[in-house]
Amino acid sequence: MRMPDPGTRAGNQASAMTALLEAVAAHGDRTAFAALFEHFAPRIKAYLRRLGAADGEAEELAQEAMLSAWRKAGQFDPAKASAGTWLFTIARNLRIDALRKERRPELDPEDPAWVPDPEPAADDRLHGEQRSARLRAALDYLPEDQVTVVKMSFFDDKPHSLIARELGIPMGTVKSRLRLAMRRLRQDLGEIT
Amino acid sequence: MTASRHPSDALLMAYAAGSLGEPTALLVATHLALCPRCRSAVADAEAVGGALMEDLAPAALNDGALESVLARLDSGVEPPATAPATAPAPRGDARLIPQPLRGYLPTPVEELPWRPLGPGIHAVKLLTGRGGDIARLYRIGAGRAVPRHGHRGNEMTLVLTGAYRDDLGRVGRGDVAEVDDAVTHQPVAEPTEDCICLVVTDAPLRLTGAARLMQPFMRT
Ligand SMILES: [Zn+2]
Repeated sequence: MRMPDPGTRAGNQASAMTALLEAVAAHGDRTAFAALFEHFAPRIKAYLRRLGAADGEAEELAQEAMLSAWRKAGQFDPAKASAGTWLFTIARNLRIDALRKERRPELDPEDPAWVPDPEPAADDRLHGEQRSARLRAALDYLPEDQVTVVKMSFFDDKPHSLIARELGIPMGTVKSRLRLAMRRLRQDLGEIT
Repeated sequence: MTASRHPSDALLMAYAAGSLGEPTALLVATHLALCPRCRSAVADAEAVGGALMEDLAPAALNDGALESVLARLDSGVEPPATAPATAPAPRGDARLIPQPLRGYLPTPVEELPWRPLGPGIHAVKLLTGRGGDIARLYRIGAGRAVPRHGHRGNEMTLVLTGAYRDDLGRVGRGDVAEVDDAVTHQPVAEPTEDCICLVVTDAPLRLTGAARLMQPFMRT
């Protein structure tokens, strides 16, 4: 079993990744970047392969994703996301551009119409790495049928109707399993009661 | 001003996974600009994606991959990390139409090539996704009614200005209403203000009764 708390090996490693990313952001630290690359590039490539990209494509996009992380490191906010989550969103967006050939509509918190977050309950909220570590642990305790639809959602690039057909269950069941999974995971994070 | 009707958790997760077509992703993203609650849910779903990616068996990169990326950093083509570029000057409709939607409008909202669909009702097509789903803006004049219609697939609506009511209740700014092929409804704009909404359909609308006459227009 993976241990959720920072202070364990996984937690230390995750915090180390955040520190490396902050070093890249602060002074373009190439040694830190190389360490991030060694850890994340093979996982990004695996993610893209899992979604059906050919080996060469996945290789190229994984390298692009790391370059993009270099360029955007200043935008990384460790309060909001873990290094792994942030890199996942970069890889996801690159895949949409390059493989789906669609644009990913980008959020802009500086927009005049943006409705800001309510006053932060800063102290109660978990930091990015803590939340990710807890989520990884919580995923292990989800019922198998929920884990299956969650994984298909992230790795199969299919609408819910096709996921339903593949599993031979009604679409409403796919949606309710996702709802239950999200609810359970967010309860574990203390995001909802 | 906070939305009271939200996309389903399943839809937010599909958005976080990156599996939605661009028109639907645009609608969800525009709701997120108006809804801190769903932003928090999407952030958690993205953390699930990050955890799943982290747990995959790593796929080795080609020999020399790191060196070639470092060389690209050295070539000076890659600028170091900096703050994002500043946005263009806000337009007159900037408070009304949030990003990312505003970036999809070629002109301010009042100057769009609105096509009349019937008394008090206009629409303009914004975007067709690769899956055939379509995003349109609709403008329902204050107090006007859209003819009763059914749906051949899913229809998702995000209200941007004003509000409308239908058989299922009131839908106001920031709210998302999702109907499927089992639903027929007759949205009526509230009398005080035009109701502008972003509507994404994944199949052509099926109109009932006399409203069939309007069907050709609905395909614009
Ligand atoms: Zn919402």
